[in-house]
Amino acid sequence: MFASSIGKKYLMAVSGLVLIGFVFVHMAGNLQILMGQEKINAYAHALQSLPMPILWGSRLFLLAAVVVHAVTAYQLVVENRRARPQSNYIETTKKAGLASLRMGLTGSILLAFIIFHLLHFTIRLIYPEYDEMMTTVGSPDSNKIHDVYTMVIKGFQHTWISIFYVVAMFLLCGHLAHGVSSTFQSLGIRSENWRAKLELAAKAYAWVIFAGFSIVPLLVLAQNWGMINIFNFSSGMEPLALN
Amino acid sequence: MNLDSKIPEGPIADKWDNHRFSSKLVNPANKRKYKIIVVGSGLAGGSAAATLGELGYNVDCFCYQDSPRRAHSIAAQGGINAAKNYQNDGDSVHRLFYDTVKGGDFRSREANVYRLAQVSTNIIDQCVAQGVPFAREYGGLLANRSFGGAQVSRTFYARGQTGQQLLLGAYSALSRQISSGQVKMHTREEMLDIVVVDGHAKGIISRNLTTGETNAWTADAVLLCTGGYGNVYYLSTNAIGCNVTATFRAYRRGAGFANPCFTQIHPTCIPVAGDHQSKLTLMSESLRNDGRVWVPKKAEDASKHPNDIPESDRDYYLERKYPSFGNLAPRDISSRSAKEACDEGRGVGPGGRGVYLDFSDSITRLGESAIRERYGNLFQMYERITGENAYQRPMRIYPAIHYTMGGLWVDYNLMTTIPGCFALGEANFSDHGANRLGASALMQGLSDGYFVIPYTIGDYLAKAGAGAISPDSAEVKEVMESVRERVDQLISSKGKRSSRSYHKELGQIMWEYAGMARNEKGLNKAIGQIQDLRDDFNKNLLVPGSGDNLNAELERAGRVRDFLDFGELLCRDALERNESCGGHFREEHQTEDGEALRDDENFAHAAVWEYDSDDKIPSRHQEKLTYDNVKLAVRSYK
Amino acid sequence: MKLFLKVWRQSDRNDEGRFETHTLDEVSEDSSFLEMMDQLNEQLLEEGTEPVVFDHDCREGICGMCSLTINGHPHGTENSTTTCQLHMRKFEDGDTITIEPFRARAFPVVKDLVVDRSAFDSITQAGGFITVRTGSAPDGNALPVPKNDSDRAMDAAACIGCGACVASCKNASAMLFTSAKAGHLNMLPQGQAEKDKRVLAMVSAMDEAGFGNCRNFGECSAACPKDISLDYIAKLNRDHIKAKIKSVFA
Repeated sequence: MFASSIGKKYLMAVSGLVLIGFVFVHMAGNLQILMGQEKINAYAHALQSLPMPILWGSRLFLLAAVVVHAVTAYQLVVENRRARPQSNYIETTKKAGLASLRMGLTGSILLAFIIFHLLHFTIRLIYPEYDEMMTTVGSPDSNKIHDVYTMVIKGFQHTWISIFYVVAMFLLCGHLAHGVSSTFQSLGIRSENWRAKLELAAKAYAWVIFAGFSIVPLLVLAQNWGMINIFNFSSGMEPLALN
Repeated sequence: MNLDSKIPEGPIADKWDNHRFSSKLVNPANKRKYKIIVVGSGLAGGSAAATLGELGYNVDCFCYQDSPRRAHSIAAQGGINAAKNYQNDGDSVHRLFYDTVKGGDFRSREANVYRLAQVSTNIIDQCVAQGVPFAREYGGLLANRSFGGAQVSRTFYARGQTGQQLLLGAYSALSRQISSGQVKMHTREEMLDIVVVDGHAKGIISRNLTTGETNAWTADAVLLCTGGYGNVYYLSTNAIGCNVTATFRAYRRGAGFANPCFTQIHPTCIPVAGDHQSKLTLMSESLRNDGRVWVPKKAEDASKHPNDIPESDRDYYLERKYPSFGNLAPRDISSRSAKEACDEGRGVGPGGRGVYLDFSDSITRLGESAIRERYGNLFQMYERITGENAYQRPMRIYPAIHYTMGGLWVDYNLMTTIPGCFALGEANFSDHGANRLGASALMQGLSDGYFVIPYTIGDYLAKAGAGAISPDSAEVKEVMESVRERVDQLISSKGKRSSRSYHKELGQIMWEYAGMARNEKGLNKAIGQIQDLRDDFNKNLLVPGSGDNLNAELERAGRVRDFLDFGELLCRDALERNESCGGHFREEHQTEDGEALRDDENFAHAAVWEYDSDDKIPSRHQEKLTYDNVKLAVRSYK
Repeated sequence: MKLFLKVWRQSDRNDEGRFETHTLDEVSEDSSFLEMMDQLNEQLLEEGTEPVVFDHDCREGICGMCSLTINGHPHGTENSTTTCQLHMRKFEDGDTITIEPFRARAFPVVKDLVVDRSAFDSITQAGGFITVRTGSAPDGNALPVPKNDSDRAMDAAACIGCGACVASCKNASAMLFTSAKAGHLNMLPQGQAEKDKRVLAMVSAMDEAGFGNCRNFGECSAACPKDISLDYIAKLNRDHIKAKIKSVFA
């Protein structure tokens, strides 16, 4: 079913579509941090408290999408290199832009980013102390819940980590700029009649995702440098030593 | 030379039916015992190979290009005629037959033309079913347009790419047979000779253009579908690779060559721009509907910018000479008038070989957008080649060699004078007489391949019996050796001049003396010059490299070598045909107004040339042409 | 005009290949690119070197035989133009022009600038036809075809099979060619009976020939001398998945 070149493109498109949808939901969730500690903590807690099959089902589904997307991409890259073993002395294009030509590069960096991101905020292996950030703010009852607000803000106070996040989101933006419209093409539902509009919408979507994700680390950094004051830096436990 | 045309008995409308009934058939189970060689993969060859393969014969098909889909039929623009009468405008098989015989200036064979008109309708059905995207009306039915030489709309077309689409249809049918194994396709394989054993065609010798190997192929019949010889003029609308070698080699092995002097010149081509030119590009004749042809009245104005020449100093010569047809005068007549004007020194553009085709009146009358809508793609093509904007200054056009009506003589069964050797499409001589009407070449190629040869070849095969000889037999070896010798001789030519330079010079001689207008003195001169050129070729030719790989110079040298012989034959035929008819205009035979003067008393025949040896002048035979169904008449377009 | 040419030379498929540079004087700006190549070859002959081999035939932009990657672009920088229709007035006096063959694993070099494009024929042989026996066709007007469908079929059928799409694609994908060929027939009512079979067979022939995968760059369509639209690729994707699904449940 998916062995042919077109079959593989379908896998890319369908897994891509899942991830395109996911990044929006994720971004919308993230932005609640701007509405305060209570809001974001409550939201995170609600997600964590979903029934086990739904929570892990979704996680595995997303993981599967990433794995399918990455593995198929790898196969395609190998096949494509084999299909054109010798490049032109002058390599140039009339139409194809950087975003479409560098999907492999942006995709690879994004994969690395996803792994880092999971280790950073989800599995919390990089800073195991994030696990101990507990608070009652945002809790539906009086029990302590995980203080996502503090974790994120402390996390983004590391300048280089924030810069990595923003750069990765910029690459995601590029990846989406080609990927969203391309998905429709691979699924066979794009046509020249509405292609220009679709591409515009795809680019707008990509920039919205970029802006929505980048704004949090950028604002944290801005406050770090004393330019603004919107986050409660002293929430949770004692400030961590910054390295 | 036995020139029995084998025209079937009976009234003209029943001849084909009668013939099909009286022909012998090959039993379906026996067909696989027969091998057939098809040389060429254009409309005639492609459709023949596909159809014969489908019938169950084992077919080997050859082309010099890298794919059968590239044959030059692909370049035909205008359309294909068929007596469908979908327009309800009075068309019929008989009318198409009549128009074609008259258009051919009464030098074609009535029975063949009638059959062509009869099967024309099947061609359209076949092509539509194959998925050829003919132009359609809003109701979904097929559209037609009218074309020169007819008063009805019977031309089917696919934008300006009818030839391409029909060829792709034949190619798709051929591809189906290739994938089923019935047809073996041999690309980049050029036929260099034909094997005749006991008087019957039994195979060919070819050269693999990639590896340089000489190969022998044997079969029960050989079909030559190798197109025309327009490239003997060097500059023509033909593809660069088009050549006469296959048919000329058959001629040297005993096939009669008919009417080589019947060549068609198309009036609306883009003129030669300079010495670098390798090819001429046709502009659709439809442009003459809205363009006015003129040259300056005074020779000294020829170098001026056309827009600086006042109306009073312009000579709209077609309108002046042919008031009723004006700019729409037939191909041969308007071509000759352009030549006359240029001969008087009034020609425009580089080299003074061009006339203006002016759209300014139409643009004033209809607006530029209307002209753009009608001819936008042609104006664009013109600008790409010349760098000039024809909306702002008149186009320059000049006639060019486009099609050759002459070819191997064939009987009603399309068989040449070598039994078992057939010629189809432009390679044969039968259907267009001395002038071909627009949109009839595609019709003939497909008619021969799809609907005629599948019947007539069966009769020959059933009578001859299956029995392809071995490629290792002595007769084959002998021909193979002679081909090798010929190739070796070429490859060992390490003189000074390239084959292209000889081809160019031959073309100049041909165009000068055997082009649009011919006369005895010129033709004799041309024959002498060609002989001298050939001697020089044999001494001073330069072929670089070796014969064991792709060597374009070697390929061209072989083709030019045959053109040098063939050019002389063409001139000889033109010299002997002491009359003017269709595309053959002898200056000695014209009316007081300069119109062609036919001589039906002495020349109502096909002239068929028989090769003897290189030292002897070939002998000329005649097939008398009789007209029982169309009355001989003089064409007039005044 | 004077030109500096950097031309690819390769004796056969196994040779590594290399560039050769030549200077060409007095090139007419009215000559076509291929006529400029003719001039180069005449000069090479005079110099006693073997001329450069390149594919060409009709020289009017329809046979699809000419190829050449000129300054990195198949058929050169002009849009909607084949190499044979490209004229030298588009270049400047003193320009350096780099001329390479169409590069793809599925198009092995035969010699110099000539490549073997028979992979395209094998795609057509796999299913690029409508099975109709000669002589058994119904009347041409028996089956009306909506003008729009017919026009769109014609748009696809305009493909000349030159391979510029493959050469322009960084992955050497043949999707534009295959989709145009399949799309032409799939768009017409005559082509419906064999549609699924055709699509599956042509795509698998395309894959077997060693072409790369489509990454929706759109470069193929930009390089196409006949402006074949990417819509046909979308249509092939659509037709292919439908055929696959049907084949699972059939």
